[in-house]
Amino acid sequence: MKQALKEIFTGFYSLLVGLWITLRQFFRPTVTVHYPRQTLRIPPRFRGHIELVRHPATGQPICFACKLCKRACPSDCITVEGAKVQGARKRSVTTYKLDFTRCSLCGACVEACREGAIRFSREYNLAGWSKDEFILDLFKRLETEAQATVDAQAPNRGAAMMKSEVPPAQPAEPARAGKPKAATELAAAGKNGGGNS
Amino acid sequence: MIQALEKLLSPLWPEPLRLVLFVVGMVLFVALNAMYLVWVERKGAGRFQRRPGPTEVGPAGLLQPVADGIKLMSKQLIVPAGVDSTLFRIAPLLVMAPVLMSLAVIPFGQDLAARNINAGLLMIFALGSINVMALMLGGWSSRNKYAIISAARVVSQNVAYEIPMLLVVITMAMVTGTLNLNEIVRQQSGPFWHWNLFRLGLNPLMPVTFLIFYICMLAETNRAPFDMAEAESELVAGAYTEYAGMGFGVFFMAEYANIVLGCSLATVLFLGGWQSPIGRLPGLVWFLLKMYFLVFSVVWVRWTFPRTQFYGLLNLSWKLLIPLSLFTLILSSAMLKILRAL
Amino acid sequence: MNAQASISPSPAAGPPKETFVLNLGPQHPATHGVLRVKMTMDGEYLVRAEPVCGYVHRMQEKMGENRTYAQYLPNTSRIDYLSAMNYTHAFVGAVERAARIQVPPRAEYIRVITSELNRISSHLVWWGAFLLDLGGFTPLLYAFDDREKILDLLEGITGSRLTYCYYRFGGVCNDVDEVFLKGARQFVAHMRPRLKMYRQLVTENIILRKRLVGIGPISPELCRQYGATGPVLRGSGVAYDVRKAEPYGAYPEFDFDIPTFPEGDSMARYLVRMEEMAQSLRIIEQGLAKLPAGPVRAEKLPRVLKLPAGDYCYAVEAARGRFLVRIVSDRKEIPYRVKLRTPCLSNLSLFEEASRGLLLPDALALLGSLDLVIPDIDR
Repeated sequence: MKQALKEIFTGFYSLLVGLWITLRQFFRPTVTVHYPRQTLRIPPRFRGHIELVRHPATGQPICFACKLCKRACPSDCITVEGAKVQGARKRSVTTYKLDFTRCSLCGACVEACREGAIRFSREYNLAGWSKDEFILDLFKRLETEAQATVDAQAPNRGAAMMKSEVPPAQPAEPARAGKPKAATELAAAGKNGGGNS
Repeated sequence: MIQALEKLLSPLWPEPLRLVLFVVGMVLFVALNAMYLVWVERKGAGRFQRRPGPTEVGPAGLLQPVADGIKLMSKQLIVPAGVDSTLFRIAPLLVMAPVLMSLAVIPFGQDLAARNINAGLLMIFALGSINVMALMLGGWSSRNKYAIISAARVVSQNVAYEIPMLLVVITMAMVTGTLNLNEIVRQQSGPFWHWNLFRLGLNPLMPVTFLIFYICMLAETNRAPFDMAEAESELVAGAYTEYAGMGFGVFFMAEYANIVLGCSLATVLFLGGWQSPIGRLPGLVWFLLKMYFLVFSVVWVRWTFPRTQFYGLLNLSWKLLIPLSLFTLILSSAMLKILRAL
Repeated sequence: MNAQASISPSPAAGPPKETFVLNLGPQHPATHGVLRVKMTMDGEYLVRAEPVCGYVHRMQEKMGENRTYAQYLPNTSRIDYLSAMNYTHAFVGAVERAARIQVPPRAEYIRVITSELNRISSHLVWWGAFLLDLGGFTPLLYAFDDREKILDLLEGITGSRLTYCYYRFGGVCNDVDEVFLKGARQFVAHMRPRLKMYRQLVTENIILRKRLVGIGPISPELCRQYGATGPVLRGSGVAYDVRKAEPYGAYPEFDFDIPTFPEGDSMARYLVRMEEMAQSLRIIEQGLAKLPAGPVRAEKLPRVLKLPAGDYCYAVEAARGRFLVRIVSDRKEIPYRVKLRTPCLSNLSLFEEASRGLLLPDALALLGSLDLVIPDIDR
């Protein structure tokens, strides 16, 4: 009997505590990112579909169709063909198709490539009207878009707040009142501090 | 303003015209409330969950209920083969009609009651029981196992919670000495400590009485944490599973209309109705303020707590609320006796 | 309603009950995934619950016989997608054990840290979905808010949010950076008060306690009969955790407890998982503090691995229980057999016996507390 009475009071109190917690959350800002009006920050190592890389000196794709990526792929997504251009020492790629409807973004192809001819892009904004649009012709993409250099930290669209992965230049100092913090620390803190309740 | 209008029209038939105006007004009030309480609930749910809620349709999502209404009305009213067609079609109407009728006796402001019936409180509870029957009919006629289980649960839940509710209302009727809602509100005039909630001299357990009434109101309207009838994760949509389009829409609207009715009744009985604590704004504004505060608390409770079990719900009613409300009844009758003797 | 004769055959059972069959069909909000439970019910009581699985069978084990070891890595993440890092760890560990590849210590520590982060995110999903089943809609969103932080952290180093293909044979794919380390420390500091908030909002809530305490008792003998592991076993009082019983990776160097509750009801299993989240935070803290420097990948590995002939196993403590990978190799680059012993199948098997005589909402609470991921059952 006494146990039941005690339970009524503690139980009722627990309900009030729960109500108080949700009321506190009611007055906090929303954590939603209003996509597509606001965009997300894409980290540098994001795995979008792969893309061909241009050689910085010649401007031609590094890939010479050795087909290691094709052999490494678990899902048979890649179609590569190459041909030897007159007067060149090596083959160069003429066709590179990625069947993105099967790709699982595992990265086996990127790892298998010994030359660094392919890398992950940061494309996440993909939409199409038919399945055929996702048989990506990477060679044509390379030709039509002005691609960046081998540097993997090229800024991408939708990433206005992108920062590079440079570690802080000096070791963390104990915070002294009034002492301005180093710019890199502030940048790193601003990146991770937003959105914490 | 109403009196001016009445004076203007008094050479004509005063009573029927006034009634017609009130009926139209009430139907509009219920319809608007049902639509926009959906918006309040979704926005409130969003804010409790730290997300925006509807924002796309109209500014701040205000046209979302309109879009939902258009969607529901444009859907085919499917009547599955093998259902009991009369009962299936009547059930939504039976859920909506008593609410509209009950709202006729609630005083929204000074002189703003459609009908000043001496037994107003009795009428509301008489009509309230039809709600239960309508859900039972809806579930039964759907000929769907989920719907039938849900209908059976609803009946036992509502019957169990009607008893403490009526006991509480009897306590209030005893304390105030009348069943006339206008009279009850008039007795609470003055500063806010004259409200029935704070009149501990009449019933020392008045806040407990209010709490019991509130819990019973949640259970009668099948709101969380007592929403066994529509326990989505167990029974899909419960009693409403087979209803499509506007049939479902009417059930939905009736639920919100019931909440409005319940909160209005709580305001009238406990929080002073249209009485203003500072004597400034018109009574209607205060009534609406108090009522919508209670509605907000209903939404708040829904999004905070998980669902009780079915037998937990019944245990709560039969083993806790009924003894407690009986106790408050006896206590207040004892207090009245003592006060009269003094 | 169909009236059927009672299922129980014994003549001493009394007059035959009128039962009907209710299908908790493959499409249902409460079964997390595509699971069908054929429930024979007597009114509100469950006479017999027969789970029917196989709706999400994707032939993961067969695919193991057609792909090289490196090509099988993406599959491992997708067996139980909520606990992907742990599952990849098991497969990678089995191959390393077979080929005797030495994993550098930094990689081992990174593996532990990411596995524990994954465990927390898996438990957060379980917690939110379980409460959704019980009718409390709000905690799901609070849990997902915290989970977003974990996913952002892991996206920073691996590039994916759910199906990470991060571990490689001999280490991890690439190193963690300062952003991750700083973010992980901030996350640990952020998560502890959140766990306290969850305790106040949900665990101590009287409605939830009424729903879970004493519901769905599972005895340790029942667990042993069906081979249940993980929080189901630890919620019945048996302190068995693969990280302590069969230590692997860098876990011997960490200091953590195994939460065990003896009651065996749904509340015990719930509390085990909440405590596990707190313990995972401890492990992550220690890992971040003690992270050794060095390479993250073993060098000089052959391009295409060929394991010596034989039978190799590796077990890990995934979020749901003990996950074991068994590889049978015949010296080719493609394994002869990949056997995946998943925890959810064993956990599900005891549902039939444990749910006899329960009421429907209690049976669903029991099902939720077992923490099933259906692709894990069907593979």
